[in-house]
Amino acid sequence: MEDQRTSFEFDKESLALVEKIIARYPPGKQKSALLPLLHMAQAEAGGWLSRETMDYVASLLKLQPVEVYEVATFYTMFNLQPVGNCVIEVCRTGPCWLNGAEEIIAHLEHRLQIKAGETTPDGKFTLKTVECLAACGNAPVMQAGIKYYENLDVEKIDAFLDDCSSKDATTRQNPYK
Amino acid sequence: MGIRILTAQMHIEGIQQLDVYRRHGGYEAFRKVLNAMSPPAVLEEVKLSTLRGRGGAGFPTGMKWSFLAKNTGKPAYLICNADESEPGTFKDRYLMEKNPHLLLEGMMISAFALEAATAYIYIRGELFYVHQILERAIGEAYAAGLLGKNILGSGFSLDIHCHPGGGAYICGEETALIESLEGKRGNPRIKPPFPAVSGLWDCPTVVNNVETLAAVPWIIQNGGKAYAAIGVWKSTGTKLMSACGHIRKPGVYEVEMGLPVEEFIYSDEYCGGIRNGNQLKAVVAGGSSVPILPAALILKTAKGEARLITYESLSEGGFESGTMLGSGGFIVMDHTTCIVKNLWNFTRFYHHESCGQCSPCREGTGWMEKVLHRIETGHGKMEDIDLLSDVAKNIEGNTICPLGDAAAWPVRSTIRHFRQEFEDHVNQKRCPFSK
Ligand SMILES: Cc1cc2nc3c(=O)[nH]c(=O)nc-3n(C[C@H](O)[C@H](O)[C@H](O)COP(=O)(O)O)c2cc1C
Ligand code: FES
Repeated sequence: MEDQRTSFEFDKESLALVEKIIARYPPGKQKSALLPLLHMAQAEAGGWLSRETMDYVASLLKLQPVEVYEVATFYTMFNLQPVGNCVIEVCRTGPCWLNGAEEIIAHLEHRLQIKAGETTPDGKFTLKTVECLAACGNAPVMQAGIKYYENLDVEKIDAFLDDCSSKDATTRQNPYK
Repeated sequence: MGIRILTAQMHIEGIQQLDVYRRHGGYEAFRKVLNAMSPPAVLEEVKLSTLRGRGGAGFPTGMKWSFLAKNTGKPAYLICNADESEPGTFKDRYLMEKNPHLLLEGMMISAFALEAATAYIYIRGELFYVHQILERAIGEAYAAGLLGKNILGSGFSLDIHCHPGGGAYICGEETALIESLEGKRGNPRIKPPFPAVSGLWDCPTVVNNVETLAAVPWIIQNGGKAYAAIGVWKSTGTKLMSACGHIRKPGVYEVEMGLPVEEFIYSDEYCGGIRNGNQLKAVVAGGSSVPILPAALILKTAKGEARLITYESLSEGGFESGTMLGSGGFIVMDHTTCIVKNLWNFTRFYHHESCGQCSPCREGTGWMEKVLHRIETGHGKMEDIDLLSDVAKNIEGNTICPLGDAAAWPVRSTIRHFRQEFEDHVNQKRCPFSK
C-alpha cells in the first residue's frame, strides 16, 4: 500500500454536493454524511479508499481519522486496496447458487484468468463475490458500478467483457452525479 | 386475480413521474390527510387496518406508532427501512423502482401521523440506481410543494432524504440501521430502550419497512376497516411475495393474505409450478432466516390442513413442523437440490454478515460453516450432525440481536427435516448430488 499513496481532493462540483449532503442531517450531526462521502470518494479516488483519502474525508467532516477507518473497514462496499478499472461483483448467495452462480463465477475466473478476490495483472478487472443483491428473481446476478446485470449467462458475460475492452472503460461513477 | 393494493399501478407507463402518478389518483390520500384529518385520526385508521410490519417481524404498525414517545422536547423521526438484504427478498427494490411516489406518499402520511418533520430512507448501498430514482421523485415532490415547509398551506412541514448503506446485511436490523445512519459501524444496540423512545440521535424514532409504508395511502383512502376485511384473521391486507429458485415464473407477486401455498406454487398466475418438470423438495418461505420445510409440510400443516400464506398458518406447528412468513422471500428448491450444500451456503452468509459483537454468533456461525463444509465435501463424521445442532442451540437466544437466531434456525430445521441427507453425505464420504 505504501507506494500506492494518492493525495485526493474533491473538485468544486463535488464539494458543493458534499455541502448538500451534510445539510440533510441536523447541525452537529455531520458524521451521518460519512457513508455518502465515502461512496463519493471511492468513486472519484480510483475505486478504493487509501489512508490519505480517508483522512481527507475525516477532515471534511471534522472527525478523527479512526472514526472513518472503523466505518470503512466494517462495510463490504469499500475497497481498502487498489482495484481494477472495472470491478465485477457476482452474487454467490443461496438463490443465485440455485440458479448457477458457481458456473458464472467459474466462467469469469476462466475468462479473466484470476480467482474471485483478485485483480488482473494489467489492472483492468477486479472480480469479487458478494452476498444477495436483492435480485434473486432474476438470478444469477452481478453488479458492476451501480448497474445490475441479471438473468446472467455465459453470452451476457462475454458481451459485458467486450464492452469493457476499450482502454479507458471503467465501472467507477460518483453515484450522486 | 385478487385485490391489488401495492402493485395496482405498476403497469402504468411513466408512473414513476409525479404527474402520471397524480393523474392516477396519487397524493389524493395525502391531500385528504392534510385537509381533513388529525394525526390521531390517521393513527386510528392504521390501527383499525391491523396492518403488520412487512420487514419480517410482523409487528402491528399502529401499535408501534402509538409507542412513540410524545412531548419529549425532541424531534421525532421516521425511517424507512429499505436495506432489503435478506436472501430471497427483492420486493422492496421492485416497489421503489417501479412506483417511488407510492412509498413517498406513504411516508408523508406516516410522518404526519407521527408528527415527524424529517424522514430518512435508508437504502442499501448496492441499490444506488434506485437511490437515484427516489431522489428524482423527491425532487419532483419538493417542486410540487408536497415536501418542504408548510405543505399545501396545511402548516405541516416535512423533509425526506435518502441515505445509502455501505454493504452490510446487519444494517437491516433497526438499531444497527440507526447506528449506521449516525455514521457508525452497524452494531445493533441493546434493547430497551426501543427506538420509539430513544432512536436516531437519541430521539423518538419509528422504523418501518418499505412495503409497510406503501400500504398506508390505500388504508387512508379506503379506510382501515376495508383493509382489515381483506385477508384472514390477524393477517390482513395483501403481502408482496418474492418468489425465486426452481420455479417457472420467479418474480414479485402481490397476494391476498390467506392464499393457499399450493396455489401460489403451482398456479400459472403465480410461480407456475416447478421448472423442468421436476419435483418440489423444499421451501424456505420467508427469507433465508426462517425454518426450511420439506414439500409435504409446506403444502399442508402436520394436522393435514392446507397451509395458507398468513402469519398464523405458516407458523402453525411451531418450529417442529412450521415456519414463518418473515419477509415473504419464498425460495423454492426442486429434488435435484443438495440441502446440505444449500445450508452451508446460507451459514457462510451469516458468518460473513455477523457484526462480531456477540461471541456466540461471531464464533458459532464460523464453526457451523466449517462443520457444514466438512460434511458437504465428504469429510464429515456422524457426530458432526449433533455438533451442528449443539452449536446452533448455543447461539439461539444468546445474542443482542436476532441475527444469531436467523443463523441458527436454518441449521436446526434442516437437520430436523433432512437428517437422512446429512447421514448420506457422511456414509458415502461425498455429496450424493455432485456430478
Ligand atoms: C438481521 C436482521 C436483518 C433485517 N433486515 C431487514 C431489512 O432488510 N428490511 C427490513 O425492513 N427489516 C429488516 N429487519 C427487521 C427490522 O429490524 C425491523 O423489524 C423492521 O424494519 C421494522 O419495520 P416493519 O415493522 O414495518 O416491518 C431485519 C432484522 C434483523 C434482525
Ligand atoms: S441471492 Fe443473488 S440476488 Fe439474491
